[in-house]
Amino acid sequence: MLLFVEQLLNGLQLGIFLFLVAAGLTLIFGIMGLINLAHGSLFMIGAYVAATVTGWTGSFTIGLLSALPAAAIAGVIIEFVVMRRLYDRDHLDQVLATFGLILFINEAVTMIWGRTPLFLNVPDALKGTIEIIPGVPYPIYRVAIIAAGILVALILWLIITRTRAGMLIRAGSTNREMVAALGVDIALLYTALFAAGAVFAGFAGAMAGPLVSVQVGMGEQILILAFVVIVIGGIGSVRGALVGSLLVGIVDTLGRAFVPDILKLFLAPAEADGIGGGLSSMMVYLLMALVLVIRPSGLFPTAAAAR
Amino acid sequence: MPTSFEKPFLIAGLIFLIAFPYIAEAAGNAYFTSTVARILIFAIAAISLDLILGYGGMVSFGHAAYLGIGAYVVAILSFHGYDGSALFGLPGTEYAPIVWPLGVALSAVVALGLGALCLRTSGVYFIMITLAFAQMLFFFFVSLQRYGGDDGLFMFAGRSTMPFIDLDNDTTFYYVCLAFLAGFFILCRAIVASRFGRVLRGIKQNERRMVMLGYPVYRYKLAAFVIAGAGAGLAGVLLANHTKFVSPDILHWTKSGDILIMVILGGIGTLTGPILGSAAFLLLEDYLPVIFGALSMDLLKDHWRIVFGPMLILIVLFARRGLYGMLFRRETDDG
Amino acid sequence: MAEPLLSIDGLAKSFGALRATDDLSLEVETGEIHALIGPNGAGKTTLVSQLSGELTPDAGRILFDGRDITAMPAHERPHIGLVRSFQITSIFPEFSTLENVALAAQSRTGHSFHFFAPVARDRTLNDIARKALADVGLGDQVDRPAHALSHGQQRRLELAMALVLEPRLLLLDEPMAGMGPDESAFVVDVLSKLRGSVTMLLIEHDMDAVFALADRITVLVYGRPIATGTPADIRENPAVREAYLGDEEVA
Ligand SMILES: Nc1ncnc2c1ncn2[C@@H]1O[C@H](COP(=O)(O)OP(=O)(O)OP(=O)(O)O)[C@@H](O)[C@H]1O
Ligand SMILES: [Mg+2]
Repeated sequence: MLLFVEQLLNGLQLGIFLFLVAAGLTLIFGIMGLINLAHGSLFMIGAYVAATVTGWTGSFTIGLLSALPAAAIAGVIIEFVVMRRLYDRDHLDQVLATFGLILFINEAVTMIWGRTPLFLNVPDALKGTIEIIPGVPYPIYRVAIIAAGILVALILWLIITRTRAGMLIRAGSTNREMVAALGVDIALLYTALFAAGAVFAGFAGAMAGPLVSVQVGMGEQILILAFVVIVIGGIGSVRGALVGSLLVGIVDTLGRAFVPDILKLFLAPAEADGIGGGLSSMMVYLLMALVLVIRPSGLFPTAAAAR
Repeated sequence: MPTSFEKPFLIAGLIFLIAFPYIAEAAGNAYFTSTVARILIFAIAAISLDLILGYGGMVSFGHAAYLGIGAYVVAILSFHGYDGSALFGLPGTEYAPIVWPLGVALSAVVALGLGALCLRTSGVYFIMITLAFAQMLFFFFVSLQRYGGDDGLFMFAGRSTMPFIDLDNDTTFYYVCLAFLAGFFILCRAIVASRFGRVLRGIKQNERRMVMLGYPVYRYKLAAFVIAGAGAGLAGVLLANHTKFVSPDILHWTKSGDILIMVILGGIGTLTGPILGSAAFLLLEDYLPVIFGALSMDLLKDHWRIVFGPMLILIVLFARRGLYGMLFRRETDDG
Repeated sequence: MAEPLLSIDGLAKSFGALRATDDLSLEVETGEIHALIGPNGAGKTTLVSQLSGELTPDAGRILFDGRDITAMPAHERPHIGLVRSFQITSIFPEFSTLENVALAAQSRTGHSFHFFAPVARDRTLNDIARKALADVGLGDQVDRPAHALSHGQQRRLELAMALVLEPRLLLLDEPMAGMGPDESAFVVDVLSKLRGSVTMLLIEHDMDAVFALADRITVLVYGRPIATGTPADIRENPAVREAYLGDEEVA
């Protein structure tokens, strides 16, 4: 039971990272009709910058705070140099060009930081555990991530539902032409949105730094999971991204923790470990398959899905 | 459509490829034969992808999955054959007439299952889902500890065995690859020119109209997807034999990207193009570092991808006709 | 009286709050040319899309030749003789004119899981296609890519594709849209030659064409038929004059 609650919290925390990445990805697709494989690279850039600046200054706070503008700047440059040329292209072109972008960014990161992974310590202030649920000691840092994630989700929700920019985003994700008809400066809106998506992804990367090893390829791992999230949630839907993220985060974490044990009820231990290892890493994809069978356009379908 | 210039080119190309092992030997570099065998193998994979991508309009970003399945069937059966253990109660084997068809068939079966799911969607969903399922298979093979997991599996017994043919001879193996490529190419040419092929091309151009003409498009797309999966499986079977080693790397998502690039680089929807694309891609991959080395640009030598990535972007943005288009098509009749 | 070929009963379809088809009942008799007219946005195309199976009705039933086809998959409907054409030209732009029609003909000749024989040399298909193209006046355009045809030629190509499917009921969604008067007259001629052998539900804004062709006319307004009758009846009908013809005919 204790383990279960702990794993549930871990799942929630993975879900939050996924949401930070998937929210930008899904909005960018919904509004700009762009599929961006390089979105995970912004996650990676966030992690690298946070790790490096923290190393220089000794302060994780400064590291985290510098990761945000770094990701934003990277996002704006990417949008300005490459993405703009892709909005009117078909998905195949977008996939290929952003694949090329990944090759470039990954190689550039290798040139700057080398091939050995960086490690980032949990900041001193957030070391140790806390019993948010009585009897379940849980690392403070992870609690902080969950809290920060909820805060960001809340801010995002407020922006989308309460501001003019949010209104445009909502309108845009269901009807791009309409936003153009409103006389909004589309180019500016797109760049701003891209930068915002980059900041979310970079923030997630920076927060993830102390939990994983910071290395080339980390961006694509989370990107592919974010795709699973979007397929489950319904493309273009922020609500779908939220629900999908939590589902994927929790299923993935619980799967890894418990599937081998559950299999041991039916199979010999050695066999259960072998199959269980494979099965548990496949759980989220099986979940995706299930959603596809039941609802091919995701749990929260939007008009953007038709494109 | 094929131009009049294409046929002589193909015949000349075939003659060149038949002569190639001798040329390589004469040049004192028999290793080239192995490099070109690899090109031939990836050409099969790229052609199979072009069948669904260029003719059927299905942007699959998970094609390496079928490459991996074909390869792992060969390696796993060889593994059991070598150490004498059983797999599902049956002995392993290196005997190609059994193993190779099995590899192709299993790829086709997996393509049938995944295709049935993926083809329920289209557009950008299809891209993401094919990518995700390929990743699922990647993790599946990573988790197979018995077969080396992450580290992969060496085929200690060497290449598959065949009656009358010694595959362990690199030149012989080269010709087997060439024969399979030629056969598969001719097969695909026939397919795209057949009734089925016309249906496929119709679906790419106007799926809705196809439905209103009475075509159950899902079934035709699925059939094409399975053929493509089988083709990639064949390439995987050959690839495992080529390197005598398999690892989850074969079905890493970037490999799917590589195959996709070969198709685009060579010329989408042409079948000849993907062969050119496979050659161009693999040669660039092998020789970009060498070229940078020769120019004593040491930084770029180690980090050639920093050039390759932007090159790819530029090709996508400005040279969509691919090598095929540059060679065989005039500016005006670009489709 | 014989059973109608098509009978629509209480059909309804909404897009959000908009009732595009509103409790619509209609019968098309075997052999007749039944025109469906109505102002823009009346729901004519929406009706055709439900008949062809591309849209699923919210309520109601569609009987074709006595058989309930409301839930029949769209791709099966052409095979029982229910064929549509599109208001917005829908062809295969990269194929030649001949290939476009041959592809339609191919659909009639069983399944297409034939992987080897080259279809371009299929005499049967090409003959059917050539004849159909000649019938719509495109006999001299067979080898041109469809995207290079003029608008009117594409409209006629669309018609030829529908005709080779050997429809029993042809759903024509504004076949003359955007055509010049000569071309329109030609198409009217083509269609009138089919009278008796092919039943038609003809949607058309060109009133000359409608009155030249139709045996009966139904007027659709806000997704509902407000009148059905012979051309003469419809001309006289005060409700119709007010709702629809008023601005075009009387003025
Ligand atoms: N897919 C859709 N989603 C939302 N509204 C739709 C959709 N299709 C049609 N409509 C609306 O339904 C109404 C009927 O449209 P429909 O195209 O059937 O009209 P129509 O009679 O064919 O008009 P026209 O003479 O202009 O072709 C219109 O108000 C249209 O805007
Ligand atoms: Mg209409």
